[in-house]
Amino acid sequence: MHQPAVEPLQDSAGKTLGRAIVITSGKGGVGKTTTTANLGTALAKRGASVALVDADVGLRNLDIVMGLESRVKHHVLDVLEETATLDEALVRDKHSQTLYLLAAAQTREKDDVDTDKMIALIDSLRERFDYVLIDCPAGIEKGFQNAVAGAQEAIVVCTPEVSAVRDVDRVVGLLGNKFTPQLVINRLRPALVKKGKMLSVDDVNSILRLPLLGVIADEPDVIVSTNKGEPLALRNDSQTASAYHAIAARIAGEDVPAPVVEQKESFMDKLGNLFGGRGKR
Amino acid sequence: MSARKIVFTSGKGGVGKTTTTVNVGAALAQRGHRVILVDADIGLRNLDLVLGLEKRIVFDLVEVVEGRCQLRQALIKDKRFESLSILPAAQTRDKEAVNEEQMIKLMNDLAEIADYVLIDCPAGIEGGFRNAIAGASEAVVVTTPEVSAIRDADRVIGKLSERSLPMRLIVNRIRPAMVRTGDMLSVDDVCEILSAELLGIVPDDEEVIDTTNRGEPVVLGEASRLRSIYEKIARRLEGDLVPFTNLEQTGIFGRLFGALKAG
Amino acid sequence: MIEFINKLFGRQNSGATAKERLRLVLMSDHLSLAPEMIEAMKRDIVDVISRYVEIDNSKMDVHFEHQDKSLAMLANIPITGVARNNPPGGPGNGSKADDDAQAASAEARAESAPAPQAAAPKPQGSGNGPRRKRKKSGGAQAQGTPAPAT
Repeated sequence: MHQPAVEPLQDSAGKTLGRAIVITSGKGGVGKTTTTANLGTALAKRGASVALVDADVGLRNLDIVMGLESRVKHHVLDVLEETATLDEALVRDKHSQTLYLLAAAQTREKDDVDTDKMIALIDSLRERFDYVLIDCPAGIEKGFQNAVAGAQEAIVVCTPEVSAVRDVDRVVGLLGNKFTPQLVINRLRPALVKKGKMLSVDDVNSILRLPLLGVIADEPDVIVSTNKGEPLALRNDSQTASAYHAIAARIAGEDVPAPVVEQKESFMDKLGNLFGGRGKR
Repeated sequence: MSARKIVFTSGKGGVGKTTTTVNVGAALAQRGHRVILVDADIGLRNLDLVLGLEKRIVFDLVEVVEGRCQLRQALIKDKRFESLSILPAAQTRDKEAVNEEQMIKLMNDLAEIADYVLIDCPAGIEGGFRNAIAGASEAVVVTTPEVSAIRDADRVIGKLSERSLPMRLIVNRIRPAMVRTGDMLSVDDVCEILSAELLGIVPDDEEVIDTTNRGEPVVLGEASRLRSIYEKIARRLEGDLVPFTNLEQTGIFGRLFGALKAG
Repeated sequence: MIEFINKLFGRQNSGATAKERLRLVLMSDHLSLAPEMIEAMKRDIVDVISRYVEIDNSKMDVHFEHQDKSLAMLANIPITGVARNNPPGGPGNGSKADDDAQAASAEARAESAPAPQAAAPKPQGSGNGPRRKRKKSGGAQAQGTPAPAT
């Protein structure tokens, strides 16, 4: 259910290293970037130091979702190619002292990224941050490989739609044994599930069979928050925000008892049972 | 005589490329054209699922390219339509299994036996994207009224114009209520920001989730709210000047329509 | 920039905010120039022009457009009055501008005017932006835009 307490990793000098977690999905548009931004915000709110890395070279968006687009001067490739230092490229969040963004290059190609250098970059971030969250591009091409290369953990984001489930299944296969991916189900519409017009949490996970990290409901608020560049996790008054905070707590190793979404989910579980597993394949 | 080869692309994933490709293709088929839908998303195929044809796949695009089967063997005819077929992507291969030259040849071969070849492009702007647009003669860019989708669409439009591919825009998943309250970019805004010509406006409708679950394109539903919208897009592709409907008129569409050069 | 506009017009709908943000970010993408540098460039252009004429900051608009294969900067800077005095120390000798500017509203193409940000950009040496030229300040010539008014 939740992340088993992770033993702090150490480098050769005995220094504690942060956790590098890739957020991936296969299919695009399921909410990887939104999830990355919100989990980063939520983890930072808990006092952790967090670096967000946009690995979507050529189609970067984490900067606009975080509302930091006007502060970006350098990007990942500048650092990899040593035209800027890591310190120059890290953009500090507007709201949190411990949250930083490393933007992707917008006018370059994914093939320009050297995988080994990317791994080294993630490692050097792990020396400085408790968490390094890597926002993976859609697809399973070079960009995916680069994003995954430096990570030790993976979160897969899936919406309750047949094509998204299929793509996650494929990605989990590609991630292989190195990872035990944890699942975030995004954009659930309880009303549709109730009418039997949308796969339930149970349906999705009866197919994917992954440790469930959390469930996020579909809310117009998400579009509004992206418009403004303010992740919902900044707020305290929204259900979606508390769902992200619960996920962050689970990532941190806390045994979060029945948060709001979980209640929703158990309700849905019952419904799911009514309809049985109707997932394809 | 040869078919029009139209790639449906977006940059960002999950904006509705596959759904749009399927429904525009189905609408064109209903209007009597021979249509072939090509799933160019090798490794992450989904077009078959959206049409509910996943169980009938025997051969795929990569096998055709590699000469391991005949083109006609790989095409799956959708029996609900007179003249709609799909060419599925390979699921267990990666995008490097084909190259641009092979795609160009394949699209030309398909164009011999169809009126419309619609190519469903993968997300991103990597090799899979380049392969998908290589064989196309025109493009439809699908986007949603969200900042990240628009930024990605802008990037893709730049790439398309580098190749001098003519393009038009479909704005998908518009929520009129949110546009009215100012919490969503309007279609006007999107077209203006992207300086693109509009081909269609599709409202956000849960019907799509439901029909995708069942593998039925929405244009098959007699009572479908979206059916007429896809039909209009199909007619505009044919070259008709079709006015945007009331449903689409959440903003100042008279003006917008007036600015359109072609249907 | 957005904050500034918000202050001007009170709270803004998020759709409008999105539009503003997209404009800047796409401009930045197209120019491969950091948004901050674009803002700085605009600020410099405005600085120069306002040395000669009075302009309406709130209605000004500077944006970029693709024209054929090249990118053009289009500036719409409404001029509200003639020069206060002589140009202060501008070595560019833009004497002609004074006459021409008479009741001029420089050719206008406009979208929202992204107002200059408060903070000045750090004059970083190694930035990817073009070095700022501070010497010549003659005409209010934005590339591709005929500055003199009718």
